[in-house]
Amino acid sequence: MASAITTRGLTKRFHGGQVAVDHIDLQVPLGSVYGFLGPNGSGKTTTIRMLLGLIAPTEGDHDVLGEPMPRGAAQVLPRVGALVEGPAFYPYLSGRANLARLDAADRTVDPRSSRARIHEALERVGLAAAAEKRYRNYSLGMRQRLGLAAALLRPRDLLVLDEPTNGLDPQGTREVRSLVRDLAADGTTIFVSSHLLPEIEQVCSHVGVMSRGRLISQGTLDELRGAATTRVRVVTAQPEQAATVLTGLGLTVADSGPDHVSAVLGTTGSERVTEALVLAGVGVRELVVERPDLEDVFVSLTGEGFDVDQ
Amino acid sequence: MSTSDPATSTDVALLDRPARISSRLLRSELRLVFTRRRNLAILAVLACAPVLLGVAIKLGSRGGRGGGPAFIGQITQNGLFLAFTSLVVTLPLFLPLAVAVVAGESVAGEASTGTLRSLLVVPVNRTRLLAIKLAGIVAYAAAAAMTVAAAGVLVGFVLFPTGPVTLLSGSVIPLGAALVRVVLVGLYVAAMLAAVAAIGLFVSTLTEVPLAAMATTAIVVVTVEILDAVPQIASIHPWLFTNWWLSFGDLLRDPVALDQMAQGLLVDAAYVVVFGTLAWARFTTRDITS
Repeated sequence: MASAITTRGLTKRFHGGQVAVDHIDLQVPLGSVYGFLGPNGSGKTTTIRMLLGLIAPTEGDHDVLGEPMPRGAAQVLPRVGALVEGPAFYPYLSGRANLARLDAADRTVDPRSSRARIHEALERVGLAAAAEKRYRNYSLGMRQRLGLAAALLRPRDLLVLDEPTNGLDPQGTREVRSLVRDLAADGTTIFVSSHLLPEIEQVCSHVGVMSRGRLISQGTLDELRGAATTRVRVVTAQPEQAATVLTGLGLTVADSGPDHVSAVLGTTGSERVTEALVLAGVGVRELVVERPDLEDVFVSLTGEGFDVDQ
Repeated sequence: MSTSDPATSTDVALLDRPARISSRLLRSELRLVFTRRRNLAILAVLACAPVLLGVAIKLGSRGGRGGGPAFIGQITQNGLFLAFTSLVVTLPLFLPLAVAVVAGESVAGEASTGTLRSLLVVPVNRTRLLAIKLAGIVAYAAAAAMTVAAAGVLVGFVLFPTGPVTLLSGSVIPLGAALVRVVLVGLYVAAMLAAVAAIGLFVSTLTEVPLAAMATTAIVVVTVEILDAVPQIASIHPWLFTNWWLSFGDLLRDPVALDQMAQGLLVDAAYVVVFGTLAWARFTTRDITS
């Protein structure tokens, strides 16, 4: 599958020997929404800075949209919209003037459509009413929105969004999610980092998990979930008989009680479990397949939860 | 080119190919420099220097005993000379300070607000950004010199007699021709300040704290001026950029004596090249972590 971002052994060691990013091999498929997860300080932003050519890797290399970086930056970066480590604008300029400044810097866009594109970007993030206000007077949420507007100043093939929901209220977070969904539906590849799992779990097709500078897991959401064990939980008045049936199917019983039994499901379909239980005459009150959510996966991978560094 | 282009977003928004030459960012930079309130306030303060000077001379003209800054004696004969005296008075500190503020801000200011990373991922080529920054500072230096000169002419005309101007060489030229000389003097001063601009630009690439870059630049200028005033090291004076700042007086002779100013411009150009190159070497290899 064609790749929007590929890194090979990408490494950043800062002066003083601290390794911020340690030999990571990212594979971000075209058209995917790639959630780049990890606690604060795990190397996400440093990785993003390297991807965009802001800092030079100590080792390794990477391609963006099929072009080697940083050599292809002039060709590639206009097609990439980026929000790096929070919004950054001139405090003494209005939101609109700030976008005009960035648009003026882009030699690949038509200056004649500048005004219309700026207006459209502001509309899209819900900032049109505050366009003339100085950035200094924007709330954190408005600043974040302006950062998104800058990334949407022109059509993009790839969006790199570093913690786009930081500082947004629940409503704003929902809006960002729906924006990401809309953009992805148009075929834009989206690489979005977050330390808050629930915020991106709902929109991602792919996930990479960072911990202490290393990419400890990467794949589709389902693959990652599959890495943790799915269990089947049977609520019944005859737990012993149920356990026998489950063992007969080759499942390992993990837990049982006076009114339930649960076993590791593995690749066995839950239909087969139901069928076998019924045929064995076990009265089934409830049968639940317990899929771990990503948070559990993350904890099982890293031994740490999100937000621990906050 | 990759064979795996994604659904390419062709749109009226995009040019078929990037503009080879685009002045949009330069114009944006000039707008940024010249609409910033602080920078305008500095120009306003600079414009006050000729007012103070003119009023002081007007009030004290009766007890004049010679001495004082260059051309001060001529002001009471012709107001135009207030422009030159004002430049002489503001050149040692006020003008370089004004340039140091804008130069110190140039890269360090963008780094401290984080806008540097936004510009670089647009993308803006780092060499191009540096060239545009230098152009912005030099434009501001020219505006600062011209502000002092223009305010000097205006205040001089209000407070003192006008008319044909007697040059330092004794010949008399009409007022119009004298005004052209004022503009030339302003341009020469602006060119001299370009050295300060390049030094400030370099310092500005070293830090993310604009105030530190401004202070360092100002300190460098003052240090060079002190060295320039020590007679024991006269042998290095020709290599100091401040040594040639006041050579603009040669524009007030007839014929104009060019050799001093030519040497000044050469030394100045050397500083711009050296510090411009240092800034480039530093900025194009720097990790942008702000």
